[in-house]
Amino acid sequence: MTQTFDTTPGTRAEQEVAPARAMRTVRRRIPAGVVASGAFIALLLVAVAAPGLFTNYDPLAGDFLSILKAPDAAHPFGTDRLGRDVFARTVYGARYSLFIGIGATLISVVFGVLLGILAGQKSRLLDETNSRLFDIVSSFPTVLLAMLVVTFLGQGMFNIAVAVGLSGIPKFGRVVRAQTQLVRNADYVTHAHIYGRGHIEIFFRHLLPNVLVAVPVTATVFIGSAILAVSGLSFLGLGPQPPTPEWGVMLAESRDTLRVAWWPGVFPGVAITLTVIAFTVFGNYLQDVFEGRDNS
Amino acid sequence: MSKAAISISIPQPLVDIEGLTVHFGHADGGRPVVEDVSLIIHPGECVALVGESGSGKSVTARTLLNLAGNGARITARRFRLAGEDAMRFDAARWRRVRGREIGLVMQDALVSLDPLRSIAQEVGEVVTNAGLLRGRREIEERVIDTLARVGIPDPEIRSRQYAHELSGGLRQRALIAAAIAAGPRLVIADEPTTALDATVQKQVIDVLSRRVRDEGVGLLLISHDLAVVAEIADRVHVMRAGKVVESGPTAEVLSRPRHVYTRQLIAAVPSATSRGTRLSSARVDFEAASGSGDEDGQPQPIRIIRDPLPPRPVVSGEVVLDVASIGKRYRRRKGVGGGRETFVALDDVSFTVSTGEVVGLVGESGSGKSTCAKIILGLLKPDTGTVRLLGKPWSDIRESERRALRSKLQYIPQDPLSSFDPRYRVSDIVAENVWGLSRKQTLEHIVWLLDQVGLDSGFLDRYPRTMSGGQRQRVAIARALAAEPALIVCDEPVSALDISIQAQVIDLIGELQSRLRTALLFISHDLGLIHHVADSVLVMKDGRIVERGPVDDVFFHAAHDYTRTLLAAVPGPFAAS
Repeated sequence: MTQTFDTTPGTRAEQEVAPARAMRTVRRRIPAGVVASGAFIALLLVAVAAPGLFTNYDPLAGDFLSILKAPDAAHPFGTDRLGRDVFARTVYGARYSLFIGIGATLISVVFGVLLGILAGQKSRLLDETNSRLFDIVSSFPTVLLAMLVVTFLGQGMFNIAVAVGLSGIPKFGRVVRAQTQLVRNADYVTHAHIYGRGHIEIFFRHLLPNVLVAVPVTATVFIGSAILAVSGLSFLGLGPQPPTPEWGVMLAESRDTLRVAWWPGVFPGVAITLTVIAFTVFGNYLQDVFEGRDNS
Repeated sequence: MSKAAISISIPQPLVDIEGLTVHFGHADGGRPVVEDVSLIIHPGECVALVGESGSGKSVTARTLLNLAGNGARITARRFRLAGEDAMRFDAARWRRVRGREIGLVMQDALVSLDPLRSIAQEVGEVVTNAGLLRGRREIEERVIDTLARVGIPDPEIRSRQYAHELSGGLRQRALIAAAIAAGPRLVIADEPTTALDATVQKQVIDVLSRRVRDEGVGLLLISHDLAVVAEIADRVHVMRAGKVVESGPTAEVLSRPRHVYTRQLIAAVPSATSRGTRLSSARVDFEAASGSGDEDGQPQPIRIIRDPLPPRPVVSGEVVLDVASIGKRYRRRKGVGGGRETFVALDDVSFTVSTGEVVGLVGESGSGKSTCAKIILGLLKPDTGTVRLLGKPWSDIRESERRALRSKLQYIPQDPLSSFDPRYRVSDIVAENVWGLSRKQTLEHIVWLLDQVGLDSGFLDRYPRTMSGGQRQRVAIARALAAEPALIVCDEPVSALDISIQAQVIDLIGELQSRLRTALLFISHDLGLIHHVADSVLVMKDGRIVERGPVDDVFFHAAHDYTRTLLAAVPGPFAAS
């Protein structure tokens, strides 16, 4: 007499060939959404590196004989009001969106890590000044902050990256501050003191590497929201100016013709949406992987 | 404590299991975690499952509640709870079993109690769930009555408190109260005393055994601590790798173990008699033990033979560590919103440690052991007094000045894993404490060090989190030795390890100490262990050293009341006196 309480699935794994099974143990079943996101990011990177692979059209050259043409075989995304190929513009636009998004993230990471580590030190004064600084910056809406920056520094791709990067500093600063405090009080740091390692040595050998562990994952997720913010600001005219094929700019330009032609606006919009989703999904997946590894 | 009277006449055992086997994972692949275990528990009887981690004792116990875990496949020839066939139980029936028919006391009271709920809510929930009482007043009365039954003083006040406001012993008793509140006839206690100090441990054992004796509750005790088992269990099952290797009346199993594993287990417990010997080499002298003593029913004590350790070094007069009347006070808040009070963590503590000497430091948590260790390690400045290391000033110089002497003073922690940088491999960890050698020399030195602690060079690239507790502690020892220290502070270095692993690590420490003549300050709450390793002992209470002297003098002729209390709290046949 035997009764079983079984919750595990069958033995399909045993029928697989050895290498496939080995692959599965190394990287457990990756969700389809993550695979798709990874593939899309890879595609974006190729578009950034070599947009010529995707299209033969010049994103800036208008053809006045084919204005506002609906999508067809020659122009898969159609053409805009100046007769420019929307597909070419969308492909070339990846370069701007990614550059500015990643640039903004880099600015956030560098300053966030620096200020966060300082805030995580023993000094109450450093912690208070930096933490309140984070509070102040994050109390401004991104758009308002960007307008301020653009007002002072002028328009342009670099300045828009600075504006978005500035608004992301508190995000990284707070994560790094918490991580610094955690690592600073970890047993292994105490032990390094016991073994007679100096403060600077401990900082570079133990503190910094273990603090930075938290950064890549947060950064990947942040790239997505940075791209969104950049597009939004460009749409408002605070970023790169027409005729730059930036997605936000394309959206803004499409507004005037939206009643007669949906394609100049929808395709860059879809590009923005997919990019943001891809980075967010991929970043969250990385987070799960890293946290899972820490627990094992 | 008469355990002889097992009421065989009672027809209905609370638990009657035969041939229990538990698998995890895929259908027929993998070894069963529990294999062919049979277990019978009668009312008023305490049965103990003894074994090391991974032996399957906890899974066996949890199976009684159908809580073995996700993916567990349970098979049994017979599985009856209080006469009913548990194989036929559905989810609703199991929920009725839990709490109402079987109470579970878990190991870690702080984690097992919800920090956001008061003790009364925790205990009351069990009563409510069991559906025994409805009215608020009735439940409240039941809770307070239960708290009183487990010996919690001022139950009305305590019931309104939260887990973090109670001491470890009270917390554990609150957990027992929750387990028995619904009046179950069987209580399962999973390592109920492991994290507790000796005297608190005794209180908890008393509470549990009173339930068994006075109320006829059945108790399934899971423990790796043979002393606790000897104190309250009527019968004992020794488990290893999922199987019961030996079972029988406790006194018989512990005094005349038949199975090799049981003998090793018993002989590996450090005590006064094991001084100067290798614990892990121990075996029971079965010839001598089986000779006589059967006739009068009095089992004769086990005779153990062990290989000797290398002779201990002569303690020279050369003082390594000189602690002179150090004191430390903390200002702490008195409850929520209350004023501040001064808490004396250390008061006028003085002692010395000489080359080749092993000094034991015993005391309960909160007695100041850790504060003392921190000051010696130079992590904390004493308010008064000074510490001198190798005749040079230590406690009152700047950290940068201390650094030169740091290598002479090493530390072996209780939890080695948290003392390793999670990104580091074994070789990186040990290398951290090797100074001034070339890359190649460093690597050779590390291989040699690992060899000294019984690890081969295959461990160089391993991450400690993939290693066992004993292996981790060996890495910590290798790291401490790398600096060629004059003194090592060992803070409960084996308290988290299983008995046989503990024996191996103690042997290693003892052997290396004899060979290298390193002085040790050995902090532990385990009096038997201190008696085994130390030359002299310091007994600490409330921040003061209340008794000191050679271990035999202190443990056999304790002068101070507190020392006697500590010694009296050591349960069972392993008591020092």
